[in-house]
Amino acid sequence: MIWIDTLVQGVLLGGLYALFAAGLSLVFGIMRLVNLAHGDLIVMGAYLILVLVTLLGLSPFVALLIAMPLMFALGWVLQKFLLNRTLGDDILPPLLVTFGLSIVLQNALLEGFSADSQRLPTDALTTASMSLGPVTVGVMPLLTFASAIVVIVGLNQLFYRTSLGRAFRATSDDAVTASLMGIKPANIFATATGLALVIVAIAALYLGLRANFDPSVGPARLIYAFEAVIIGGLGSLWGTLIGGIFIGVAQTVGAAINPEWQILSGHLAFLAVLLVRPRGLFPRAHD
Amino acid sequence: MNTYVVETRTRASNVTAILGMALVIALILLPLYAGRSTIQDMFFILTMLVLAQFWNLLAGYGGLVSIGQQAFVGMGAYALFGGVILAGMDPVPAILLSGVSALVIAIPTAFFAFRLQGAYFAIGTWVIAEVFRLLLAQWKTLGGGTGTSLPRSATKDMWFVDAIKALLDVKTSAARDILAYWLALLLALATIGGIYWLLRTRRGLALAAVRDNTEAAKSVGVDAGRMKWMVFLTSAFGTGLAGGLIYMQKARISPDAAFSVTDWTAYVIFIVVIGGIGTIEGPILGVLIFFALQSLLADFGSWYLLSLGVLAIAIMLIAPRGIWGLISERTGLQLFPIRRRLKGGQLDNLED
Repeated sequence: MIWIDTLVQGVLLGGLYALFAAGLSLVFGIMRLVNLAHGDLIVMGAYLILVLVTLLGLSPFVALLIAMPLMFALGWVLQKFLLNRTLGDDILPPLLVTFGLSIVLQNALLEGFSADSQRLPTDALTTASMSLGPVTVGVMPLLTFASAIVVIVGLNQLFYRTSLGRAFRATSDDAVTASLMGIKPANIFATATGLALVIVAIAALYLGLRANFDPSVGPARLIYAFEAVIIGGLGSLWGTLIGGIFIGVAQTVGAAINPEWQILSGHLAFLAVLLVRPRGLFPRAHD
Repeated sequence: MNTYVVETRTRASNVTAILGMALVIALILLPLYAGRSTIQDMFFILTMLVLAQFWNLLAGYGGLVSIGQQAFVGMGAYALFGGVILAGMDPVPAILLSGVSALVIAIPTAFFAFRLQGAYFAIGTWVIAEVFRLLLAQWKTLGGGTGTSLPRSATKDMWFVDAIKALLDVKTSAARDILAYWLALLLALATIGGIYWLLRTRRGLALAAVRDNTEAAKSVGVDAGRMKWMVFLTSAFGTGLAGGLIYMQKARISPDAAFSVTDWTAYVIFIVVIGGIGTIEGPILGVLIFFALQSLLADFGSWYLLSLGVLAIAIMLIAPRGIWGLISERTGLQLFPIRRRLKGGQLDNLED
């Protein structure tokens, strides 16, 4: 019975990792950019929600509604004025600029909020749990998992049902030809990063509700997100969810054997997939 | 007679060679006229320079951007501690064990990481470094997660320490610092010399060709895959040696410090980017700027790293070849020239 419980907790944890990863996957899919500051942006989002909660006395969920447009604006500006300048054939500039950004963000957060652990306030709803047949699950992890599904369904709808999604796909396939059709790749990229940061804000909410956070935890979130994306296969959003679940289950199973092995077993599971399926479980046809 | 000569030397490089000799002699003799804190600062500068040169070899010449160099620093450090504590080795020869251990773990690391491209390679190396950190934190005889110190008996009777004490008339602790400094100087000179030599050989030419255009390089018979392995393993070995040396001097280790991504990779990347990636001069200039900034801003805590990050971003956007790149562009100065120029033969005769 304890194993079923472990598995279910692992799957639900995977929802959180899929939320971490969805923004990374979106940005990579559209502009082949890997943002090494992604994890630190999640942590920054958590601090933003925390500030809104403390200053305005809002519920974290209401604070998220305010944080989302702010994060969109930040992402748009970041892409338009900084990251777009790094795109090109050379892989060094985007890597080194986003790595620099990661260090800058970490230290700016450290300066602003100190190294103390913080947590978003929880209420009766977020700490409640319910019985699902043989296992008891928290409402919070369930909500996290549901949000991950909603985000992925939403992104897929956006990609395949809207004109913005068509512009995303066209720019991703061939930015030059897309620009002949009246699309401005620079703005499309900016919108995509804005959207990615909206998802980052959602991920940040659940990060802050689930556990303590401090300015130094960003890189580990980036690594989990990265593992989920690679396991799922580049460019596949549903694959990213499966990848997140894979890491989540590996971590909870590892932790059930020995609490010190939680993180390590996630990494080892990732390396195992890399060994057997270097292109991930659900690779796209090209790239 | 029409004799063609292929030359890489320039007048600047000849002057550099002479000035460099003088500088090396001055550095060797430094313990005679400098205080202990200067020796320690120089040790820090030289070891960071070694790490920077090897990261530059990987990223600047090999096109392999690794964020996992702390794996090799940490492994080198732990190999030294393991050799001394478990096998009773002297710390000085144990540094070689550091290099070899880093080389050994670099083989599986490369095997996994080479399955990933570009940015994913970067994060992949980082994940693997994390794996090694977490594994070594499980090694209870070497202190587990909290770490351990080198036993006093081992550090007291280290090779050469007595000789240095007698020679320079200093205390044991100062003699240890001087020994570490001389070893760091030796390692730095061997690194710069070795990389310069490598870049001037056929292999170096092949390496530059792979970096500039992999497909074109393959078409003229360069084995791009083998070049990548060679560069990755070489830089792991050198980084491991530096890791062992750094922790021989610190004499205290913990997994979080030895595998710190900030200390052993972020700083190193900033040094190379600010100084000038893809040149030998760049990391030398970069480490001096880095040290100057650190001395200036040491009291400001996180502002220091913050400004270093901003500076690196600005340089990457405005002057992607770094500060040395700017100097070199303006003046045409090359202290370690690797460009081959054709001299003599008919062209010169036509001019006559």
